Amino acid sequence: MVEEIGTTDKGELIINVGPQHPATHGVLHLVITLDGETVRKVEPHLGYIHRSIEKMSESLSYRQFIYATSRMDYLSAHINNHACAMAVEKGLQLEVPERAQVIRVLMGELTRIASHVLWWGAMAMDIGAFTPFFHAFREREMINDIMEESCGARLTMNYMVPGGVMYDIHPNFHRRVKEFIAQFKRKLPEYDELVTGNTIFRARTRGVGVLSKEDAISYGCSGPTGRASGVDCDIRKVQPYGIYDRLDFQQIIGTEGDTYSRYLVRMQEMRQSLHIIEQLIDNIPEGDFQAKTKAVLKVPKGEYYSRVETARGDFGVYLVSEGGLTPYRIKYRSPGFSNLSALDHTVRGQKIGDLVAIMGSFDLVIPDIDR
Amino acid sequence: MWNLAQLTDLIHRWLYETFPPAWALAFEMIIVGIAVIGLFAGLGLVLVLMERKVSAFMQIRLGPNRVGPKGLMQSLADTLKLLVKEGMTPDGVDRFLFNLAPFIAMIAAMLLMAPIAFAKDFQIWDLNIGVLYVTAISSLNVIAILMAGWSSNNKYSLLGAMRSGAQIVSYELSAGLSILTVVVLTGSLQISDIVTAQSNGWWIFKGHIPVLIAFVIYMIAVTAETNRAPFDMAEAESELTGGFHTEYSGMKFALFFLAEYINVFIVCAIGATLFLGGWMPLHIGEWSAFNGIMDWIPSSLWFFGKTFFLIFLMMWFRWTFPRLRIDQLLNLEWRYLLPIGMVNILLVTVIAILKWHF
Repeated sequence: MVEEIGTTDKGELIINVGPQHPATHGVLHLVITLDGETVRKVEPHLGYIHRSIEKMSESLSYRQFIYATSRMDYLSAHINNHACAMAVEKGLQLEVPERAQVIRVLMGELTRIASHVLWWGAMAMDIGAFTPFFHAFREREMINDIMEESCGARLTMNYMVPGGVMYDIHPNFHRRVKEFIAQFKRKLPEYDELVTGNTIFRARTRGVGVLSKEDAISYGCSGPTGRASGVDCDIRKVQPYGIYDRLDFQQIIGTEGDTYSRYLVRMQEMRQSLHIIEQLIDNIPEGDFQAKTKAVLKVPKGEYYSRVETARGDFGVYLVSEGGLTPYRIKYRSPGFSNLSALDHTVRGQKIGDLVAIMGSFDLVIPDIDR
Repeated sequence: MWNLAQLTDLIHRWLYETFPPAWALAFEMIIVGIAVIGLFAGLGLVLVLMERKVSAFMQIRLGPNRVGPKGLMQSLADTLKLLVKEGMTPDGVDRFLFNLAPFIAMIAAMLLMAPIAFAKDFQIWDLNIGVLYVTAISSLNVIAILMAGWSSNNKYSLLGAMRSGAQIVSYELSAGLSILTVVVLTGSLQISDIVTAQSNGWWIFKGHIPVLIAFVIYMIAVTAETNRAPFDMAEAESELTGGFHTEYSGMKFALFFLAEYINVFIVCAIGATLFLGGWMPLHIGEWSAFNGIMDWIPSSLWFFGKTFFLIFLMMWFRWTFPRLRIDQLLNLEWRYLLPIGMVNILLVTVIAILKWHF
C-alpha cells in the first residue's frame, strides 16, 4: 500500500486516479506516481466492485449460475453466458441443435460489434473527442433493439441455457439484422474518417504504449490487446468452439503492439464480425432452438473447462462438479484482469495523457476484473 | 442608416446639457458599466446555448429543448440554479486566492470588451494602442488560472494550472505575431484605424497569402489561449477530471465558465476585426450596386455575423478533434507555429514596405 502522503522522497507526485474518475470507466482505482507529466509507476487497486460471483455461483443451480456472468463483462454478456453453457453441456454431454448453435454465434458476433463500437466511442472520448461516442451509440442502439426483441433485455441478455437458447429468435430478427448490416457498412467508413484518419489521433496513439509480443505473452494478454502485439490468440481460431470452425473469417493480428495497433485490430474485428453475421443470417437452419433437457440438471462428477473469445479476450470457465445440484467450485479466467496487469509495464515513462489513451485501448471493463 | 452613433450622441449631449461635466462623465461610465455587465451576461447565455446546440447538431442529438421555446431559456435556468447553489470553499484551500481567482478571470474578460468596435462608431474606448491593450489584458487570464490551480490544494488542479501556464504563455507569442502582421500593414494599433483601413477590402483578401497564414495561425493560437479543445490541456476532462476548476462549484465555477466563453467571443471579435474587417461590409472593387446592398446591412450585424462565424469555427474544432498531448502541444507551437509566424511577419513587412498589397 502507498502511504497517502502525496509525494515520494524523490519529489514525485502521487495521485489517485479513481475510483471515481472519468477515464477509468468504472470504479478502477489507480495510484500513479508522477514526475511532472511523466508517469513513473501505476498501481491498480481492485475490489471496489467485487461481488464474489464465483462464490455465489456455488449455491446456484446449473441453470442459474450462468446469469451471474452477464454481470461480469456486461459488454459481452452473451459470450460469457456461452462459455458457461458450454461447460455445463460438456458435463452433461448434451448435443446442441444446429439452429441454437447458429443463433448463439449470431448473437455473440452482434455482441462483439456492440462492445467494440462502444469501445470506439469511449476510446475517442478518452483522447478528447466527444462526438464519436454519440455516433457509436447510434449503431449500438440498433443492436440493443435486436437483442431486446429476441432476448427480452438490452444489456444482461441471459439468453443462453444449457442445451441451446432460451427462446426462439423474434420474427423481426432477420429483417432487423439486415438493416443493421446495411447501416453499419455505410457508417464504418465514416468512423474511419472521423477518428482513424485524424492526424491528432494518430499522433496521440502511434508508438504510444508499446507492448512487445514477449511481454504480451508473459502477462497473459489476450483478445485484441494480445493480438495487436502479434500473439496468435483468437480462441475462435486456435481452439474453435460452436460452429466457428465452419465459418470463414480472419484472425486479425497486428505487429506494432502500440495503441494505434490495438485500435486498428478492433476496427478490423468489427468488419470480420460483420462478415460472419452476413454468412449466417440467411442460413439459419430450421429445427429446435433448445435440446431436450431434464428439469433439474445434475452434472456428473468431474472437472470441466471451456473457453471462448469475448470482445476483450480469452474468457475461461473452470467448473468442478461433485455430482450435486450446484457446482462445487467455479473459477473464471477473465481477460480484463490479465490485460490490466500489463498496464503498469506499458505506461511507465509515458505522459498522463498517454495513460488515458493506453487504458482506453486496453478496453477494460471493471466488473470483469473484479468479479 | 442604422447608425448607432446617433443614439449614443443623443445620450451624450443630453447628459452634458442636463448635468455638470463631472456628473455627466460619471453617469456615462455607469451606463457603460451596466451595458458591459449586461453584454457579459447576455453573451454568456447565448454562447453556452449555442455551444450546446452546435454540439448537439454534430452529435446527432437535439440539445436543450425543454425550457422555454426550443430550449432557449435553458442557460437562463442553469444560471439561476448556479446562483442559488452554495458557494463552497473546501477545507485546506487558500481561502483568499481561491475566492479571488474567478473574479480575476471575469474582470480580465470584461476589460477586454473596452476597445472592441461593435458597430460603426460604437466603441467603448477607442484608445490608440487598442491591439496592444488586448494582448496585454488577455494575458491576465493565466494569472487567474494559476491562482485557482495553486490555491485549490488539489493535485489535479495544480497539474491543470501548470499545463495552462505553459500553454498560454507559449501560444501568446504566435497570436501576437499574427496580430502584428495586420498592425504592420495598417501602420496603427488603433482598432478604428484598422477597421477603416479595410474599407476597400478585408485584410484577409488584400494581404495575399501571408495574411491568410497569419489568420490560420491566429485561429490556432487563440483556440489554445482560450483553453478550448483540441487544446483544452488545462481542463482535460478525461485526464485531470476538471483541471484547474476541479474544486470549484456554484457561481464561482460559473464565473470561470462564463469568462471562458467571453474570452472566446473576444478573441473571435478581435480576429474578425483584424482579418475580416470588423463592422466593415463586404465591398468588391467597383461593383457599386453590390456594395450599396452590402452597405444597407447594419454594421453591427456584420460585426456579430463575422464574430459568430469564427466562434462557430472554434466550436466545430472542439467537437471534432481529439485532444493533443501536452508535449505535442508545445512542440506544435515552438517548432512550427512560431518559426512560421516569424518568417511570415518578415514577408508581411516586405509587402507593406513595397506596397504590394491591394
